[in-house]
Amino acid sequence: MHSPGHAVSLEEQIDQWRSYLRRRQAVHSVDVAELEDHLREQVTGLVDAGLAADEAFLVAVKRMGSLDALSREFAREHSDRLWKQLVVFPSDSGEPRARSRSDAIVAFCVAVAAAVLIKVPALFGIPLDDQHASFYLRNASLFVLPLLTGYFVWKRGLAPGTRPWLVLAFVAAAVFANVYPFAPTFYTGALTTLHLPIALWLIVGIAYAGGRWSQVAGRMDFVRFSGELFIYYVLIALGGGVLTAFMALIFEAIGVDVEPFFQSWWVPCGAAGALVVASWLVEAKQSVIENMAPVLTRLFTPLFAAVLVTFLATVVWTGRGIDIQRNVLIAFDLLLVVVLGLLLYSVSARDPRSPAGAFDVLQVVLVVSALLADAVALWAIAGRITEFGFTPNRVAALGENVILLVNLAWSAVLYVRFLRGRGSFTELERWQTNYLPVYALWAAIVVIVFPPVFRYI
Amino acid sequence: MEINKDLIAASSTPIVLAILAEEASYGYAILKRVRELSGGRMEWTDGMLYPVLHRLERLGHVEARWEIAESGRRRKYYRITSAGRAQLAEERRQWQAVDATLRGIWQASATPLLQGV
Repeated sequence: MHSPGHAVSLEEQIDQWRSYLRRRQAVHSVDVAELEDHLREQVTGLVDAGLAADEAFLVAVKRMGSLDALSREFAREHSDRLWKQLVVFPSDSGEPRARSRSDAIVAFCVAVAAAVLIKVPALFGIPLDDQHASFYLRNASLFVLPLLTGYFVWKRGLAPGTRPWLVLAFVAAAVFANVYPFAPTFYTGALTTLHLPIALWLIVGIAYAGGRWSQVAGRMDFVRFSGELFIYYVLIALGGGVLTAFMALIFEAIGVDVEPFFQSWWVPCGAAGALVVASWLVEAKQSVIENMAPVLTRLFTPLFAAVLVTFLATVVWTGRGIDIQRNVLIAFDLLLVVVLGLLLYSVSARDPRSPAGAFDVLQVVLVVSALLADAVALWAIAGRITEFGFTPNRVAALGENVILLVNLAWSAVLYVRFLRGRGSFTELERWQTNYLPVYALWAAIVVIVFPPVFRYI
Repeated sequence: MEINKDLIAASSTPIVLAILAEEASYGYAILKRVRELSGGRMEWTDGMLYPVLHRLERLGHVEARWEIAESGRRRKYYRITSAGRAQLAEERRQWQAVDATLRGIWQASATPLLQGV
């Protein structure tokens, strides 16, 4: 009865049973261990009573009850388990615990370093005040992103061959942000302020992907990370705002003015450190909590599509042209960015193998209507661009518009192909992730080429 | 004879507590003891015992500890606490009241239908 063949198949069967049970959210691994002990005991008892091992297994499983009923009972007793908890330090086994702890400590140290770094220029006679605001704005990303990159280089154990290039990129960024003699009008300086973080975010991405940057999946993970980070950062900022308001209120009550402390310490250091903390949180909660960005995407894609379709219908119906004002191009750039974000985050959360559904049609409607709206705006601007003149802002905005337009137009083509069953969804995914460096490249051009071309105005 | 689900659910707490009051035990042995005591008439679905044990643990009626069994596997042993003993005494009073009431009725109305049960 105890032939080795039987023993092996029994172990396999128990393995399979265990893995079925593990998939149940309400049944934790300690419970699985407890139930497995029961199952084994039962099998042993039945085998002793004269049953063959596989028969004993079947009887024991039957007596255990159906897995659905069992996990329902567990869920009733442990209803909290259906709300996934963020466990920063898992208690299951030793090795991951030590790892996540050292991870948390390093992240905390990096956050403190970022908070301190932003105060370092003050030691060299560049205090954080209105007079030096432009310096701090231009260099804002340089205070935090190198540290964040360093954190991911450490965490992912990035290949030593790549590291010097990352350092070189940051050094080059620091040079270009500071050697140009920006005029007090600060048009090109403002462009550097806006575009440097975009260019450097690619460097963070390379460190984040940790050798997987060349793969679609690696870049897509970075897209997901960026979306979650944004949401976490906004949440932390809101919490920080509440804390700040309370601090101001209670210190005012005792007649202490904390405003100077806020301006020179609290807000800049907090903003720098929070980015690192948010990044660490996104990493720690990965796979624990549903990603928020795709959820918001689901919610807002229909609404944006409805607004854009209504807008286009109104334009056609009333025959109103777009009133060309100074910021109209930027407004439409932002529209395209939002639509691209909606597209990107629904792509990031979609199973490429599932067939086309109603939401995919909606997505195409959204993209096409955004393209049409943008075309209307571009048509209106094209006629008068020479009249307005080519300021650096306008050229940058126009360049961005073209980049986004190209991306969305080709995305629409790929999406329609997918809907008609002529292409796979992965092509769209690949197109989106391959396009990521283009944004950084354009941002780098704006930072490096624009100031000299426009004479540092 | 099949005992209905509600009755099984209601009686599970005193039964488990009473068995643990005898001595500390673990899931499989508790079930074996239930089968023994009821002469096989109380058929519990094995898995359902564990949520009950976990509830008693959460309420502080029993405490659990992982130990290495003689088989070499890790096994979760449950032991009744003083709060558990108090709860058992309370349950016992209630069940005795129910039992006494029913006995009174069975004896008073000795109809064949009820006697057959």
